[in-house]
Parts: sequence; structure tokens; C-alpha cells
Amino acid sequence: MALAACAGSPTQTPGQGQSAPAATGATAGGTEVADAAVGKIYNPSDKKGGTLKMANTADWDSLDPGNTYYGYSLNFARLYGRALLMFKAAPGTDGNTLVPDLAESVGKASDDAKTWTYKLRKGVKFEDGTEVTSKDVAYAVARQFDKEIHPNGPTYLNALLDWPKGYKGAYKSKDADFSSAVETPDDQTIIFHLKEPFGLFDYIMQMPMTMPVPKDKDTGTKYQEHVISTGPYKFEKNEIGKGFTLVRNDQWDPATDPNRPALPDRIEVQTGVNADDVDNRLISGDVHIAVDGLGIGNAALPKVLPDPALKARTDNPVQQRTWYTSIIPDVAPLDNVECRRAIAFAADRNSLYRAYGGETGGVITTSLIPPSMAGYKPIDLYKSEGDKGDVEKAKAALAKCGQPNGFETNIAYRTERTKEKAAAESLQQSLARVGIKLTLKPYPQDDYFALYAGKPSYVKENKIGLAINGWGSDYPDTYGFMQAITDSRDIRDAGNYNLSVKIPEVDKMIDQIKAEPDAAKRADMWSQIDHMVIDQAVVMPSVASKALYMRGKGLTNLFISDSQQMYDYVGVGVQQ
Amino acid sequence: MTAFLDVKDLRIHFPTDDGLVRSVDGLTFSLERGKTLGIVGESGSGKSVTSLGILGLHKGGRARMSGEIWLDGEELIGASADHVRRLRGKKMAMIFQDPLSAMHPYYTVGDQIIEAYRIHHDVTKKVARKHAIDMLGRVGIPEPTSRVDDYPHQFSGGMRQRAMIAMALSCDPELLIADEPTTALDVTVQAQILDLMRDLQREFNSALIVITHDLGVVAELSDDILVMYGGKCVEYGAAETVFYDPEHPYTWGLLGSMPRLDRERTERLLPIKGSPPSLINVPPGCAFHPRCPYAERTEGRAETEVPELLKTSPGHLVRCHMAPEERRRLWESEIKPMLETT
Amino acid sequence: MVTYIIRRVIGALAMLLIVSIVTFAIFFLVPRLAGATPEAFAARYVGRGASMDTIRLVAERLGFYDPVAVQYGRFLKGIVAGTEYDTGAGVDHCPAPCFGYSFITQQPVWPNLMDRSRVTLSLGIGAAVLWLVGGVATGVLSALRRGSFFDRSAMGIALAGVSLPIFFTGMISLSIFSYGLGWTAPGGAWVDVTIDPLQWAYNLLLPWITLALLFAATYARLTRAGMLETMGEDYIRTARAKGLVERGVVVKHGLRAALTPIVTVFGLDFGLLMGGAVLTESTFSLNGLGKYAVDAIKNNDLPAVMGVTLLAALFVVVANLVVDLLYAVVDPRVRLA
Repeated sequence: MALAACAGSPTQTPGQGQSAPAATGATAGGTEVADAAVGKIYNPSDKKGGTLKMANTADWDSLDPGNTYYGYSLNFARLYGRALLMFKAAPGTDGNTLVPDLAESVGKASDDAKTWTYKLRKGVKFEDGTEVTSKDVAYAVARQFDKEIHPNGPTYLNALLDWPKGYKGAYKSKDADFSSAVETPDDQTIIFHLKEPFGLFDYIMQMPMTMPVPKDKDTGTKYQEHVISTGPYKFEKNEIGKGFTLVRNDQWDPATDPNRPALPDRIEVQTGVNADDVDNRLISGDVHIAVDGLGIGNAALPKVLPDPALKARTDNPVQQRTWYTSIIPDVAPLDNVECRRAIAFAADRNSLYRAYGGETGGVITTSLIPPSMAGYKPIDLYKSEGDKGDVEKAKAALAKCGQPNGFETNIAYRTERTKEKAAAESLQQSLARVGIKLTLKPYPQDDYFALYAGKPSYVKENKIGLAINGWGSDYPDTYGFMQAITDSRDIRDAGNYNLSVKIPEVDKMIDQIKAEPDAAKRADMWSQIDHMVIDQAVVMPSVASKALYMRGKGLTNLFISDSQQMYDYVGVGVQQ
Repeated sequence: MTAFLDVKDLRIHFPTDDGLVRSVDGLTFSLERGKTLGIVGESGSGKSVTSLGILGLHKGGRARMSGEIWLDGEELIGASADHVRRLRGKKMAMIFQDPLSAMHPYYTVGDQIIEAYRIHHDVTKKVARKHAIDMLGRVGIPEPTSRVDDYPHQFSGGMRQRAMIAMALSCDPELLIADEPTTALDVTVQAQILDLMRDLQREFNSALIVITHDLGVVAELSDDILVMYGGKCVEYGAAETVFYDPEHPYTWGLLGSMPRLDRERTERLLPIKGSPPSLINVPPGCAFHPRCPYAERTEGRAETEVPELLKTSPGHLVRCHMAPEERRRLWESEIKPMLETT
Repeated sequence: MVTYIIRRVIGALAMLLIVSIVTFAIFFLVPRLAGATPEAFAARYVGRGASMDTIRLVAERLGFYDPVAVQYGRFLKGIVAGTEYDTGAGVDHCPAPCFGYSFITQQPVWPNLMDRSRVTLSLGIGAAVLWLVGGVATGVLSALRRGSFFDRSAMGIALAGVSLPIFFTGMISLSIFSYGLGWTAPGGAWVDVTIDPLQWAYNLLLPWITLALLFAATYARLTRAGMLETMGEDYIRTARAKGLVERGVVVKHGLRAALTPIVTVFGLDFGLLMGGAVLTESTFSLNGLGKYAVDAIKNNDLPAVMGVTLLAALFVVVANLVVDLLYAVVDPRVRLA
């Protein structure tokens, strides 16, 4: 497959347009070119002014930097908050680079990678003019510890730092000393103490949990109503559930911030907008960007794809997200590796590729790690002609498994997701060729992991042998992608995303990776893990996901960065 | 010199999908002020259609009307709809049967009388209200000042009919048409209403047409009686003539099925068998012949030839193929004794 | 009359209680009976990859470890007496009627409902005026010109209006009139009437028309049928016999009677609509009760679901009562006892 081969090089983005230099990309009123914001800057500009209009089909989990985890929120929060570090606002892989934001430089790790020290820039102020100190960052970290009040945010810091015994966060342990975890020897310095070595700590530090929060302005669950800005924009008006407006923060000093061009004067965001309406408004130019980063909806696809003028306004990047099927060894006869391999052999990958939307939906992949991440290698264990599946090898595997005539099992998928339904049906058909009979089991997506496919007792009781699954990374490091779905020690009673990978060697290697400072060696170990998982046939990857984004009209300086996996909201501007 | 009301060869036909309905087919009669005409017939005989035709209520509808209607020297069929509307309620008024459905349930009795009055009189509501109370008093409604604000459903049947009469008389009409004015009422109330109408007619000196299926009602009230069958007049004459010396077998039937105050109605002596004819496919020949017990006495003409309305004695017209002598003999020897013995 | 109203109000309260119990049971009891643990409940209200500790904390905070009856009692108490909410940084007092705090946004539900009912009310009133005027006028004309070209085409359009889903007509009309021709406001446009009445009307024009089309069709058909029936009544003949002009006959006598069932249907429709014009609000991205309800259900936001369900039920119950009272005014034959 040409597509798979193309995606094989992580530095190269798939699709056409490589020859067009970034500087001469589509300009105002000029011709639009598809993928003009993939790997390069669309309509580069440094002109300030104008109002950027964004629409969200849903709503933020929270605007509170200590209580948010949605991908687009992490991207967007950088407009009103400054974490210690941030991903560079740059197109393509360049956007994977961590650059200092509130900090002067990236973290200085101790030799054992257990102590991380950051120095804050001078002259950074909150929107009320107060100077930001390291205590504000420490407070932000301590307040987000309280997951009863802030349940949405990532739990990395709770797990990684060496918190005092019985510590309950900034609210319940108000005056407790938590210097064993976070230390602020002076107003510009902050030191994090980890329980175990963790070489990727900088990746955590770019998340909004480290955006400073002034203690006297913290209103707990109500802080989201008025977040105190440190970024180039502050909240003018915020109606939760409806939308909000950002205006320039006059206390933001560009001299302290080399990362943000801060082009628009004003950013208006409407939330809870009908998804079809968002697409229509993108097309008409009434809205600039769909902030949720989900891409064009099914209703608008038939309108956009066949129309060259509209297609030219789309970007179709490969994402750091893999759609796959979990093959669950808890359910007989899938406890036998040969039976699992039989499935991997028999599956028609081409049909699955079409189920996930074909060309604009993704590229066929044979590994779990997405093509643009370190450690990615194509894995050719189950090759077949035209990717249509190898019936003979599947039958041979079945014979080895002691099930020469096949067997029956169930396949779970999320009811609301038509592509997953199509994938399950595709498997049902292709596996029937070797006598494996699948019964389709749709479950509501909200409870898919909490009550059904992610709950081992339910899976065993109901003999869910296969489950359609998919995963995207939190941050563009393979650890952030792989750990949550391959480390068997994190499997709990319910709410698991790792449904099938329980390989002790994998767990062991993950520990080694954590302590390994050499990125190349880490990448190599991830490749080995990926290979083990595929060889054991507990995961069967289908496609590396591609998104299809639509550019509104009149945008400048627009690009998709690999770190954000969508348009970068720090860089973008509008024409006037 | 024409009469106050002069109807000549009135035809009212309704085109329908099934064919032409000849509801009224060549009707001629006249009426003077102070006199009463009773139009009698079964339902579907065309009597109600006739009255609505005189009032001009078919205008603008699907009906095809021809002939002449002269009212006080003015021809109405050719007159404009709006002109006839102005006469309606003022010069000619109508009392409908079943006042519960004929009066609007959502307006008070007073409001409905006031409305009727104010259409034709440019007066204030207050004046009209006083007039309404006055009218209610005149038709014998006790405490009219308070009852004027009652709704029709709060009145008894008899009271409602009185109110209906008050409404019709509110503009002092010269022609009053009462369509089955007592049908919905019980027997004692019927008598009261009939008395009231007679008194009022005398008082107002209006021409009155009473439409009914009940010969008994018109016998008491009318000067003339016109018997209708199948859209045509079958017998027409002075009330005592038609009542005491009827010559048409249909009239005999009506007399036989007449309810009488002096006797319990247990059975009909001369029941008219069958049902009224379809007005689309009127039977050939005499329209009554399928139901007529004497049809065979016409030497076959009953089935083929439409009988003429002929004068049988001065002021007495009958539409029948039987010879006048034969009819009188049958009445005297067979029908009359039977009606009297029981 | 007073006893009648008191009796109806008591009945309405009982009705609301039942609605609340049923709703509560559907969202809290049924999943439990199906085997959902408190943690499984709580897992919906935490971020991705949350630890079991986080889930337990949230389950504790949201009271999922208590028996369902206790949870329901707490909910009722909040409505009657108000409640207190721990924001972490302090305590927020939520005065009665307190429908609790959203599990998702942690915002108190009641102010949200009040705020959004303004949108729904604005949408409903404007649409109601349009559909009443349009529907009734069309129905009357159709009835008077029964079988005419006007009648046939009006009834054809009415049928289409009833059958076409709003998310279809709404989307198409947005595409054409807002994004194509630029005549009307884009989806989601909203200004409160107290701020700028003209802009308010302009923003809502398209939703009004779209929603009104749906209802106008029903009302046109209803009016037509009603008019055909009443225009054949004896009292219409009486009115004509009085010499009343035809317009007076139609309006004062015909329409007056034909409107009675329309008042009933209108009251119930409007009450139902006040609970949220779900499709219209979703299609036009209007932040009314209907969209609130959809979002609440989509997000399993139980306090929000409870709140909006009860408010919608309240509107329906009130509409029923008003219709019954109005009926006595409209039709003097009706006696309330």
C-alpha cells in the first residue's frame, strides 16, 4: 500500500503539496489548496487584529486549567494561560518540540531523573497586574491534586510526585507542607520531587495543570467561571454552556513570551453548536474554526469531498490515533494464541480500511504505534495479498488451536459510532470465511469502558472475545500513547482502555523505558513492545486515523502541529 | 295586483356528484299580511329548502334557483345577495326548529337578540339591550332583566323557543317563517308556543309561514295549507278544506299519522309505507306512486305520467291521477270513518 | 372554582412528584438494578484515565454510595429547603428551589434553567403568534373555499409541513437564508429582548418561521376541519337569517366556535413547547431548555436531567390547568367542578 509506505516516514506528512514552500502558501483571496496547513503554514502572516470566531459542537470539560483534559482544551488553554513549558507553535513535527513558556528553559533533571527544577521568567503577570511567582504554580499543582473538586484533569502529577502521606490537596489539606512533592525555594524557582525516575517529565509540565492560579482568587469549582489569565488573552465574558469571549490581556508582555504571535484582537467562542450547522458555517465562512478538532461531520462529507473548491479548503492529516480491535485472551478459546492469530490472519484489512472511511478516514496500519511517533515500524506478521486476509494461514492457525472448524464469540462496539459498526460487520464477514462466527454487541459509548468492554468481569461473563477500540495520545511521545493501553498493571475493575494486553515482558520493558534517558533506545524498546503485542495477537490494528478539517474563510497563519493533532490555536490569525 | 308574498314556479336544484337534486320543483303559492300558511310534508319533501330559498339563504351557494319570489312588490330571486341580506332579519325573519342548536352556544341569549337588532338598527348596545329585554318579556319569559344574560343552555326547551321567537321578532318582520317551531318541545309546551305565535302574529300583523310535518300544528294555526311531496305541491287549499276534505292519498297518510292530544299515540292508523323518494331519481310518473295504496286505480298512469296540480273545487288544488269523485268516495267511505273510529 | 383550582394544584404537585420519582428511578435505580456500581456511575464524571481513587472520591462527593432512596430524599430536600455545595475553596449556598449542581459543569441547575427558559419562551411566543395567525387564517380560507386550488395547495403544504422534520427544514433554511442570502441570522444568534428587541426578533426570525411552519400546518388542518363543521351548524344559518354580513358570520359565529378545540390544543402544545423545543433549539443552536435537556441526557448529567424534566412537566401541568380554566371561559357550557 502506497499510503502505508508514505506514512512510514514520521517526518513526512502524507498527501500532496510538499513542493509548495510554506512562504508562498495560499494567500488572501488566492487559490485554496488541500492540505495547505499540513506540515506547513497556510497563509503565513504576522498581522494583528480582527476577531477569530470559533464554534464548538460540545462543551469544554472545564476551562479551569487544573480540571481539563480534552485535547482541544489543552491546545486552547495556551491562549489564556501559561504552563511551565509548551509545545512550539509550529507546523508538523516541528510542533512536537517542547519550548519553555513560563519557565526560562526546559526542566533540569537530576541524574536519577527524580528531581526536576524549573526557573520562571521574570515579568510575567496575571491579568490583574500581579507578578506570577513559583508559589502560584505550586498552588496550581496542589489544588488540582483534589480530584473530588477537579475530577477531569490528568492524574499524572498525583501519581508521579512524592506527596506527603495523607495529603488531600490544597483545599482539604490547606496548610499542609507538601514540599516533599513541590518546592519553591524562591519566587522564580520550582522543584518537583518524583517518587520514581521519569524521563518524560517535561511532557507533563506543558499541560495546563502547571498554569499558575492565584490562591486568593481560587474559587474551587467556580474558578472555571473566571480563570485568571496569564496568557495574551483574558476572559471578557464567560457563560458556561453557551460560550465565551476572549480579549487582549493588557498585562501580557510579549517580551516575556517568544512563543505566541497573538494575532487576533478578540476570540469569540460559541459552544454547543449543532454539528451540521458548524460545518455549514465553516463552509460559508461564518465561523473560522471548529474548535473541537473532530473534523467534518458525516452529513457534510458528501457535500465537501466531491466539490473541488470545498475540498481545497480541507486538511487531511494522519493523527496520532490508531483504530484497532482488542482480542481478549480472557475469553476462551482466545486464551490460545493460535486462535487469536487466526483472527489476525483472516481479517480483511482492506475492508476494515473502507469501514473507517477509506482515503480520508485513515491509512492501513499494521502496528499499534501511530506512524508519526517514535518507535513506529511496520509489522508484517499477518501480510496478505491486497490486504484481504489470508484464509489458508488462518485455517492453519485454527487447526493448531484445536478449533479446525472455527468457533463462536462476540464482538463489542460503540452503538453511536457508525464506523465502528461497519468495522465490526466487516470482521463478522471476513472471519466467517474460516468458520469464526461473530455476534455483534453494540454498547452505548458513554459506558463502553465503564460498564461493558472496559470491565473485565462483564467481558468474561458475556464472552466478549473482540472489542472495537481506538486510542489517541495525550502528548506526542510514545509513552503517552502506549502506556495506558499496554501496561497490564493498570487494569482495574472497570473503566479500562487496555482490554487485552497482559504480557509481563511488556510491563517489564515499560519500567525500563521510564528510566531510560536515551530517546533512541526508548524508541527501540517501544518497537519491541509493539511487535510483542501484535505477535501475541491481542491487538489487531486497522488504520492510523486521519482527520478531515475544514478551514473557514479569512484565516492566516494556520497550521496543524503534530503535538496538537489539529489546528494550532496559538498561531492562528484572521484577515480584516 | 300581487299578494304580499307571491311565489311562482319556484325551483331550487342542487347539483351534486351523484346528479341533480330537485329539492323544490315548481312551487307556486301566495300569502297576505296577517295570514298564515302551513307547509306540510315529511322531511326531505322540500319544505325547509323552500323557506331558506325565500330568505335568500341559498344565494352564493351551489343551489340553482329559478321562478319568482315577490315580497311586497319586490322580486327576490333576481335581487342581489346583499340586498336580500338587508331584508333578512328585518322584513322577513325565521324561527328555526331545535333552538338549542340554532342558537349559538357561546353567546348569551341577550347578545344574540342584541346582535339581530343592531344589524338593522343603528343604536347603542344599551338601547339594543333594553329592546332585547323588552322582547323577552313580550314572548313570556319571566324576569327578562336577569335572564337576558343567560346562555341558551341555561334555558328550558320552551324558554329557548320563546327566546328564538323574540330574536326573530326583534326587528318587527312582516314575513315570519317558522320551521318546525314546536317539534323539539313536549306536548304541553307545544300548545303554549302555538298560542304565543298566534297572539304575536295578530299583534304584529305579519304574514306567517309555518313549516311542519305535523298537520295538527298547522290545522290550529293556518289559514291555508300546502302539502309537499318530493319537491312538489300535492295538495293546496284552505286549512279546513285540506284538513276536513283532503283528496290526496299522501295527505290522508299524514292525517293518519298525526299525533293527537286527546288520545295516546300507540299506532298509526294509516301508516305511509316506505320512505320519501330520492330527489335525484324521482320515480317516474307520480312521485308518490311507489307508496300509494291506490296506485293501481290509475290505469297505469301513475308509473308513467306526472299528474297535474288541478283545481278540484274553488281554492282547492290536488295533484292526483285518480278522478276527483273517486278520491272523495274513498275519503268519505274508507278513510274518514277509520280515522274517526279510533 | 377556588376549590377546583386547589384540587387541581394538589393533583399537579402529586403528578410532579411522580414524574420526579420516575425520572430519578430511570437514571439512578434502573442502572443499579442492572448491576452498575457507584464507581461505574462516577466513572462518567471524571476525566480520561482517572485513577480508581479519583472515581471513588467523585462517587463519594456525588453521593452514589448512599441508597437510592436517600439520594432521592436529598434531591427533594434541595428543592424544598435548598442545599449547600462544597466548591473546594468554600461553600456555595443554593437556595430553594435547588435542583442541585450539574455533575458535569458543577454549575447550579436552577439558574441555568431560568436563564434558558427565556430563550425557549422567546422562541415559543414568536412561533406561536406566527403559527396561530398563519394556521388559523389558512384553515379558515381553506374551509371557506373548500376544494378550491387554494384549499388543495394549502393542505398539501400543511401535510408537508407536518411531515418534514425540523432538523431538515431548519438546516436547509439556514443554508439558504442565513449562509446563502444572508437575510437571516446564523444559528445560535441570540440577544435578550430587554437588550435589543429588534435584534432579538431578527435573530429568532428563522427559528420562529421554521417552528411555526410545523405547527401552522396542524392548526390549519384543525381550523379547516373545525370550520367545516361549525359552518354547517344550525346557529350559522340563524346568524345568516338575521341578516348578518358573511364576514361576521364566519368570524363571530363560525370561527368563535371552531377556536375552542384550537385553544385546547394550543395550550397543550405551548406547554409542551415551553419544556423545550428540542429539535428547533438543537438545529439552530439556541440555548433553550430543549437543548439543555439534550445535552444533559447526552452527558448523563443527572441533576440537569431531573431539573429540566421537572420543569417541562411543570409547564405541561400548568398548561393543562390553564386550558381547563380557559375552556370554561371560552365555552360557557363547561362548568368546573
